[in-house]
Amino acid sequence: MTGKKTFAHRHILAMDDLSSEDIFLVLDTADSLKEISTRAIKKVPTLRGRTVINLFFEPSTRTRMSFEVAAKRLSADTFNFSVSTSSTSKGETLLDTVRTLVAMHPDAIVVRHKSSGAAAFLASRLDQEPGPRVAVVNGGDGVHEHPTQALLDLMTIREAKGTISGLKVAIIGDIAHSRVARSNIIGLSRMGAEVRVCGPLTLMPPAVEDLGARLFISPFEAVAGVDVVMTLRVQRERLHVSMVPSLREYAATFGVTAALLAHADPEVVVMHPGPLNRGVEIDPGIADSPFSLILDQVENGVAVRMALLFMLLGGKDND
Amino acid sequence: MTDKGGARDIFAGRDRIFFKNGRIIDPASSTDRPGNLLISAGRIEALDPDSTVIGDAVVVDLKGLWLTPGLIDMHVHLREPGQEHKEDIAGGARAAAAGGFTAVACMPNTSPVNDCQEVTAFIVSRAAGCAARVYPVGCISRANAGVELAPFAEMKRAGVVAVSDDGRPVADSGLMRRALEYSAGFAIPLISHSEETSLAAGGSMNEGRIATRLGLTGIPAEAESIQVFRDVSLAALTGIPVHLAHISTAASIAVIRMAKENGWPVTAETAPHYFTLTEEAVGSYDTNAKMNPPLRTEADREAVIAALADGSIDVIATDHAPHAAYEKEVEFSEAPFGIIGLESSLPLSLELVRRGALGPLQLLERMSTAPARILKVPGGSLMVGAPADLTVIDPDAAYLFTAERILSRSKNSPFIGRKMRGRAMMTVVGGRLGYCDEGFVSG
Repeated sequence: MTGKKTFAHRHILAMDDLSSEDIFLVLDTADSLKEISTRAIKKVPTLRGRTVINLFFEPSTRTRMSFEVAAKRLSADTFNFSVSTSSTSKGETLLDTVRTLVAMHPDAIVVRHKSSGAAAFLASRLDQEPGPRVAVVNGGDGVHEHPTQALLDLMTIREAKGTISGLKVAIIGDIAHSRVARSNIIGLSRMGAEVRVCGPLTLMPPAVEDLGARLFISPFEAVAGVDVVMTLRVQRERLHVSMVPSLREYAATFGVTAALLAHADPEVVVMHPGPLNRGVEIDPGIADSPFSLILDQVENGVAVRMALLFMLLGGKDND
Repeated sequence: MTDKGGARDIFAGRDRIFFKNGRIIDPASSTDRPGNLLISAGRIEALDPDSTVIGDAVVVDLKGLWLTPGLIDMHVHLREPGQEHKEDIAGGARAAAAGGFTAVACMPNTSPVNDCQEVTAFIVSRAAGCAARVYPVGCISRANAGVELAPFAEMKRAGVVAVSDDGRPVADSGLMRRALEYSAGFAIPLISHSEETSLAAGGSMNEGRIATRLGLTGIPAEAESIQVFRDVSLAALTGIPVHLAHISTAASIAVIRMAKENGWPVTAETAPHYFTLTEEAVGSYDTNAKMNPPLRTEADREAVIAALADGSIDVIATDHAPHAAYEKEVEFSEAPFGIIGLESSLPLSLELVRRGALGPLQLLERMSTAPARILKVPGGSLMVGAPADLTVIDPDAAYLFTAERILSRSKNSPFIGRKMRGRAMMTVVGGRLGYCDEGFVSG
């Protein structure tokens, strides 16, 4: 299905690990698989007999569902293992939990965990251990990376704009606590886009420009002439530690509104990784407007995750 | 001394030992020259004695190896009581001896913490007969809680040599002032873990470029230097000495320099990892590169070396912090802070000598004479009459630092796999053998 180019990765851990060639390959594969979801019979036998475990240590509906739908459309068997509390508070280490699952011979484990580096830690440990080989897919690790979200965002941008290279993209919001922002900054800049970040400095990681983004405090300056505006969910718990005085003040200052978008390119598109706080980081009218690609992102999420599972699990054997 | 030490007894149970053909390096007398040394009944009897005096002493030919005052590590965690799965006093003392140390000072954050005479007495009893002297350090505050003073006088009578808030810093500046004032009455040194915890909260590595890329909460350098400024200011206010533990940043060093230029009674230590590694060592979430304070930048590392060279930092101490493998084999943010250091300190410090940053006398000053002076404990000197606490060092022995050769119960070291040069060949503690390297052959 993918042609001759090779994908040399056994795990999907971070955008930082992927070259632009890798990213093109994922996006091209996702483009070709997207059509399956529009068929009357939304299923191909590509991964029949393969097992995918969704191991989620943090609450998630959309990412877990998206992986599950993606796996099932490829005929893989999926199992969901949700752990509401952290492994350490239950007395079992993360590594022991995963060793237990690996002994059941899954082909891939999608892991979401509150600790940055959790997926990389598991992948490196499992690679050193005897026992079945398993692909680890990072479904979000702490505030480090969320590579599948960045890939679906890249796919959505390319679909809307025809290219990624040369575009100007502004990411507005809580960059410090956003794995989506980190993955997108790295992925977008690797694909040749100009990335701008904007938000109060209390929500900005130190040395953010080292990731490959230009820092703006003023949202109006940040969006000037941009092709894409990404806005991020404001987490209410940040209010308690005085990173933002109030949601009202945040909405009035950093919320994406028609007035703000008037400074962007006339063809600007708006994206959001969800779930939305309507009226906080995004004006309800904008979320529902033709500017918005929010539902395209969800749709492409399934295609990107199908592509990754296909590429990791060597579907060619069954094709 | 050898019961819990297990060292090969080349002294054959005798207490008059003649060391010949050594390179005598003694900062206390500014001596660095070839020479011989006679010890007797646990004390140094003579330097370069006449052959008539030697008599029937056991003769140990050092063949040019360094003969130095016993190394003293004034900052270790031996985990007993309460966390013996990480380390215990006897095992920690064996690791210390193998690293060339004849004495260590163990921090009070055990379980229970050492905040009363009963815990102190327990540690003292467990330390008896070990391969190195083990000096307990007591808490500054009861339960290490930072609210009320611990009973310094009672703990001192039971055997503590200093008090410290290591691992759980005293946030309340008023309490810190009272602790300094109260400590003076009993001539008990106060060791401060200088950290402004509200700036460090939730952090697991140095704040900056790498932490941002890894998605880890950073600990800014200022979390240390702000509190260093507080602590040296309190030393100035009270006129009472404060010793600053594990200094890691250039900014802290600038503050210490200012304090010393003003004549304020301040001393400071750093650890080998701060002059050997930088935050780059965290790599891809290596929990053996996680300690508090964290590894810093190259500029900080260079500042630490310069401070050791000019004396702004007085002491090299390890902050030996053992943790079981399974405790470190977790997500980075969940992993405990700390690495072991007793068996890597000397070779890493000798790297500074080889590159010319420190002379041998300065090295021994930082690793023996200064800690003895600050803690007011015996040792740090080869003067006649001083206790026979000695270390024999082969500065050139080359070897690979492997987990297998580590005697400490825990192996949490970022230096495993590093090519090392220099190690202790022997230690003598009060005239008795603390450690003798398998490779040591007396002439």
